[in-house]
Amino acid sequence: MPKDRKTQDVQRIDNPKDLEALREKLRQRRDKDQVRIRICMTGCRAHGAEEILKAFQEEVGKRKLDAEIVSTGCHGFCAQAPVLVVDPYGIFYGGVSPEDVPEIVSQTVEKGKPVERLLYTDPSSGKTIVQAGDVPFYKNQQKVVLRNCGEIDPTDMLQYIEREGYAALAKALTQMDPETVIEEVTESLLRGRGGAGFPTGRKWSFARAAAGEPKYMICNADEGDPGAFMDRAVLEGDPHGAIEGMAIAAYAIGASHGYVYVRAEYPIAVEHLKKALADAEAMGLLGENILGSGFSFRIKIKKGSGAFVCGEETALIASIEGKRGMPRPRPPFPAQSGVWGKPTSINNVETLANVPLIILNGGKWYSGIGTEKSKGTKVFALAGKVNNTGLVEVPMGITLKEVVFAVGGGIPDGRSFKAVQTGGPSGGCIPESMLDLPVDYESLAKVGAIMGSGGMIVADDRTCMVDISRFFMDFIQDESCGKCVPCRIGTKRMLEILNDICEGRGTVEDLQTLEDLAHSIKDTALCGLGQTAPNPVLTTLKYFKDEYLAHIEEGACPAKVCKALIQYRIIPEACTGCGACIKVCPTQAITGEKKEVHNIAQEKCIKCGMCYSTCRFDAIEVNEKST
Amino acid sequence: MRELVTLTIDGKEVRVQPGITIYWAAKAAGVDIPHLCYGEDIHPISSCRLCVVEVEGMKNLAASCTYPVSKGMVVHTASERVMKARRMNLELILSDHEITCITCEKSGSCLLEKYAYQFGISESVFTGEHRERNEFPILEENPFLVRDYNKCILCGRCVSACAELQFDSAIDYAERGFKAHISTAFGRPLQDTTCEFCGRCISVCPVGALTEKERVRKGREWEFQVTSTICPYCGCGCTLEMHTKDGKLIKVTTPAKGTVSRGNLCVKGKFGTYYINHAERLTMPLIRKPGPVKGTPTGKGTSGAGAAKGGEFVEASWDEALDLIAKSLREIKEKHGPNAIGGLSSAKCTNEENYVFQKFMRAVVGTNNVDHCARLCHSSTVAGLAKAFGSGAMTNAIGELRYADCIFVTGSNTTEAHPIIGLEVKAAVKKHGATLIVADPREIDLAGVAALHLRQRSGTDVALFNGMMQVILSEGLEDGEFIEKRTEDFEKFKSVVMQYTPEKVEKITGVPKEKIIQAARLYARAERASIIYSMGITQHTTGTDNVLSLANLAMVTGNVGKRSTGVNPLRGQNNVQGACDLGALPNVYPGYQQVANPQLQEKFEKAWEASLSPVPGLTVVEMLHGAEDGSIRGMYVMGENPFLSDPNVNRVKKDLEALEFLVVQDIFLSETARYADVVLPAASFAEKDGTFTNTERRVQLLRKVLDPPGRAKADWQILSEVAGRLGYSMRYNSSANIMEEIASLTPIYGGMTHDRLQGFGLQWPCPDKEHPGTPFLHKGMFSRGKGLFSAVEYIPPAEEPDREYPLLLTTGRILYHFHTGTMSRRVDGLHAIRPDGFVEIHPDDAAALKLSDGELARLTSRRGTVTAKTVVTERSRPGTVFMTFHYREAAANILTNDALDPVAKIPEFKVCAVKVEKAAGGKGKAGKAEKIRA
Repeated sequence: MPKDRKTQDVQRIDNPKDLEALREKLRQRRDKDQVRIRICMTGCRAHGAEEILKAFQEEVGKRKLDAEIVSTGCHGFCAQAPVLVVDPYGIFYGGVSPEDVPEIVSQTVEKGKPVERLLYTDPSSGKTIVQAGDVPFYKNQQKVVLRNCGEIDPTDMLQYIEREGYAALAKALTQMDPETVIEEVTESLLRGRGGAGFPTGRKWSFARAAAGEPKYMICNADEGDPGAFMDRAVLEGDPHGAIEGMAIAAYAIGASHGYVYVRAEYPIAVEHLKKALADAEAMGLLGENILGSGFSFRIKIKKGSGAFVCGEETALIASIEGKRGMPRPRPPFPAQSGVWGKPTSINNVETLANVPLIILNGGKWYSGIGTEKSKGTKVFALAGKVNNTGLVEVPMGITLKEVVFAVGGGIPDGRSFKAVQTGGPSGGCIPESMLDLPVDYESLAKVGAIMGSGGMIVADDRTCMVDISRFFMDFIQDESCGKCVPCRIGTKRMLEILNDICEGRGTVEDLQTLEDLAHSIKDTALCGLGQTAPNPVLTTLKYFKDEYLAHIEEGACPAKVCKALIQYRIIPEACTGCGACIKVCPTQAITGEKKEVHNIAQEKCIKCGMCYSTCRFDAIEVNEKST
Repeated sequence: MRELVTLTIDGKEVRVQPGITIYWAAKAAGVDIPHLCYGEDIHPISSCRLCVVEVEGMKNLAASCTYPVSKGMVVHTASERVMKARRMNLELILSDHEITCITCEKSGSCLLEKYAYQFGISESVFTGEHRERNEFPILEENPFLVRDYNKCILCGRCVSACAELQFDSAIDYAERGFKAHISTAFGRPLQDTTCEFCGRCISVCPVGALTEKERVRKGREWEFQVTSTICPYCGCGCTLEMHTKDGKLIKVTTPAKGTVSRGNLCVKGKFGTYYINHAERLTMPLIRKPGPVKGTPTGKGTSGAGAAKGGEFVEASWDEALDLIAKSLREIKEKHGPNAIGGLSSAKCTNEENYVFQKFMRAVVGTNNVDHCARLCHSSTVAGLAKAFGSGAMTNAIGELRYADCIFVTGSNTTEAHPIIGLEVKAAVKKHGATLIVADPREIDLAGVAALHLRQRSGTDVALFNGMMQVILSEGLEDGEFIEKRTEDFEKFKSVVMQYTPEKVEKITGVPKEKIIQAARLYARAERASIIYSMGITQHTTGTDNVLSLANLAMVTGNVGKRSTGVNPLRGQNNVQGACDLGALPNVYPGYQQVANPQLQEKFEKAWEASLSPVPGLTVVEMLHGAEDGSIRGMYVMGENPFLSDPNVNRVKKDLEALEFLVVQDIFLSETARYADVVLPAASFAEKDGTFTNTERRVQLLRKVLDPPGRAKADWQILSEVAGRLGYSMRYNSSANIMEEIASLTPIYGGMTHDRLQGFGLQWPCPDKEHPGTPFLHKGMFSRGKGLFSAVEYIPPAEEPDREYPLLLTTGRILYHFHTGTMSRRVDGLHAIRPDGFVEIHPDDAAALKLSDGELARLTSRRGTVTAKTVVTERSRPGTVFMTFHYREAAANILTNDALDPVAKIPEFKVCAVKVEKAAGGKGKAGKAEKIRA
């Protein structure tokens, strides 16, 4: 039964009292013992969540059970996808398939018993864990921004309202003047989660003080770092959280119009946002005279077309105005001259999602979380060579080690940790020696990395740090808008040098040129994209120079990644002649009779690694290329 | 003034205006910071990153082109860090630039070359991928400019100039990263985009990526001689810098400052003056030797020309030709009196020449039969505004338009007919937030940026304006104080206007009443509202009424006598204002001094040492028609082409044939010249000195760029010689000398001398040598004292569509051509873009007529028939067709009606009734189809 995505048939709410009354009604209606099956229907869709949902609906319907099936946003534990939790028992299942559903229904839904074989097994102890809260991945997190993700149906506004939804907006509009709202946010020491970490309260006070009408409030949802999906999870799983934050921000700066600039590549986010905006307008929580306060605010969705640089404020503004998304020099800052030349505040999704709780609980409460200068929590998209890939929210100040090992569950396949890359293409690589570094803006910047928007990629000993640098530089070169010289041509030259090194043509002098270019680009590029583009190269040069030198001086890639410097070889002693590698080789480089030792023709081999990952007998090895 | 900011630049303390950028502060400190992308009149692009400087306390280097100064700032413009970064960025630019300076047109004036030289970089240290030769094909798909993106450094100046100065955005960046390049949308040829070939992109390109096609391989900058003069096309009065070499025009530029056009030109100014080098220029006097009639000339050129009245033109010496003229004129005068001779002066000639021409007609021939084509375009303006205000000219300056809050454009296709003023209107709307109201039956370009477009039926203007004023008066939006103190005859006017209710006006004009009300409110509520109009208002049998009605509208809201307001007729020819000012009109001496006024007659008789006629002479159309009954026997035509420019061509043709003697003095053998008995070769605008007065009354200096071809001479010199042969001595030794005489007799030009006109010229009235000129008229008091309201009733056009001729024909100009095409159609590029005449027909009418785009249509009016290619477009109202009048092969004026406005004697070019049929002869390529509008 497909969920009805039409605007909810609700009464317009004209004042905070009616909103509270509605909330009270919703809470009283809630049966705490009601069985609720919370299935991730966003990220897990790619893993068949829709079929599981259908199976549950059929099974529950067939048995005529009184169980609520909730399509939620992301639960975070992507490594276990598809995931679901059965309440009120809090039983967590990962890697579920539709065939498992009848058993879950008969055991868990009907009897409250866990299905042992589907429970999460802790790799360190080998024991199964029943409740989600006990899974180390969840246990070590602190959910503020993601408070509703995975808990509620994001397309059902009433579920949001039931969980304190729009209480902060009501409070701000009726009990606080805009200045007080800004003071509260300033006191919370909330900083921009888009990457730069600019104090949010200050940003708002600039926009409030700026002359010009109308003012604009923009939610930057143009999340573009490779592997990052924090904002996506919020918009998909808790769109009202961001919208409420936006409305409060708009009230604070005096904006009457808002845009959510969201990637067109996030269709679910766009769909949920649209629904949420329509519902909020229908209930009078957006639009004209919100809650009878006299404050009016409308939000439009503007879909980006896949340009990474449009996450940069001025490029985003240009894009909203219908121009090519290219940054312009600052000052003037958007607070003075933003969309259509009017005062504009641009805040990231995660930043805004923090705002309702700050207003509800106070800035003091918020600043109680985190370190001296970095407050609150931060959501990270944990990826790469780590067991528990997924979305995690941790308090600022937690060490990298805790994130990678306690939450992330360490490195898979028994390999060893090499580095963690934070901040995406603008960030840096942090080596093992610095694993005790606390995760906060200052500490990360000190070592040459950045907090960034929340990408966190773990590298193990099979990761080539030169190749990683090259990957990010390639990304930057592709995504550079092409406007300023250092970014357009400078990063191209850096990329060419990195290519040379990866292909064994590098010289020691190249390292100096790389550094000169890196510093010059940092110093002279027009926007943040260019200014931070050399960071991955600079940090790897700093912490992993030996890997560069190995490529240059020995023509070797120690991690055995750079194709030009490696070769695949069959170990005759281990080869059983099964022919599996012959079947997968795309270039017919492998020959050999059945049951006889096979051979790889090096001149035909393109080093795709298919044979290596296919061989069940560990009979293929990667070597440094013999010169 | 705000408090100055003190900062330190390279150890030196500087005090500058707050808010300026470091770049300008450094300039004030005597430091010139290198830059490739910065241009003064566009927003800083900040792409080249050469202008970076070190600001103490800042993490990164700051781009000085955009970073504002602040108190106590410490700046280093040439520290090691700065120089290293600049060098690196230069190296990077050069690593992706085709270094072919040896053959580059820009060599010697290229900014990249300059900085590479300064930094001593001959090739880049980077050897990676770069723009190989012809990675980007050299784009020469259009007639005017060559785009070689292999040389492009992506500074973005062309993109900004196109968007911010021309409001066009025909080009932008395409693709990303290293692959980024400048392109039209989807790489389409320029002529298929919104590009209007203004050439502004070329003027801002710091390297050799953009070049005028015509100049290629003809020399480098330092080889050219550059002479600043004034454009010969429309009335905007743009300054042209003519670059010449070896007696040939190579290219044209314009200064960015101190000119009407602020660095912009239209395609005609930029690329349209090459006709001066055309092979068909007249170089010798021609005398018609009688023989058999060879028929009406056809084709666009004049080569192989026979005389239209029969016989052949034979080259003659100046003496022979001038003697013949003197003899023939003397004979006519003796036999039939001086009033049997008529003279057409020229809106294309200088003020000095117009002065000499009218003086020649009045003092030498002895008649007031002198007129010129202003009769056909703005005589109703001169009559109407003189009546209402006391002065028949644009009340305000062009440069004030952009600061108006509301602009009301009616009967002016500004962007095509006066492109530079069109840009001012767009600047007002797009840069300064003005509200634009367009009242025009056609969907003109400006309608696209207008807040409101009223599409009245052609010829119903008075009703429309009365309707607006009815709303203004009923809603109390009038300026009572202004009306009370500065005007007269208000009550009578009001009683007429109040009958024009929006409901009634909707019926007459076809404009929904809501729009009439909205327009009235927008105009009346503006602090400064400006009216712009042109021939859509004047060329009617009610032309004078239309003008009076607009004057009423301005007065009723107090929008006269202030900056950025007024009633602004746009004059169509480069010197039509001047030709009127200098008395090339049958009823006035120079400076609008009435010939019928005995004191003035005496003043001029004394000055000119001749007895003058107090009887006003005949107008253009009357003179020509005078040939029919013999009242006009001889005509002297200087630089005009009435054959094509006057209504009812077939009648004009008969008139010209009937003349006993016709002299035509021109630069080409025009259609009219073919009917001449003597043709005299004249110097073009580029071959003489003098002054032109543009539409905003600005008198500007013309400077001699080249020598006239062959034996051609300046018109004033020719006229002096004819006068001499008729026994009247005109002792002028230069055009400056003539200006002295003009100043002594013409109060509004009283303070003008050629010396004073250097630079940006002077706007009349300029009564004495100390007077700074007058940007806007009627400040404090109208020229006539009080502004006069006129009660104007709506009168329908003289000829309206009926059963037999069911469609309404209206005519107008297009951007790429001018007037009768004598000049513009001899420019290859302009011809290539718009080779054919065309008729625009609304899809509904086209469907009814079974005409499709590109097919030949036959148009017939009561006066004649023409064929033209069909352009099916919604630009025209249903029931209305539109033609340009530039093409002799599709001469719209064969169709137009020569019915005259009773006061101004202007013909009703803008409305006549026609029938349209599919012509035999099938398909042809139509005039350029509608461009893609962004």
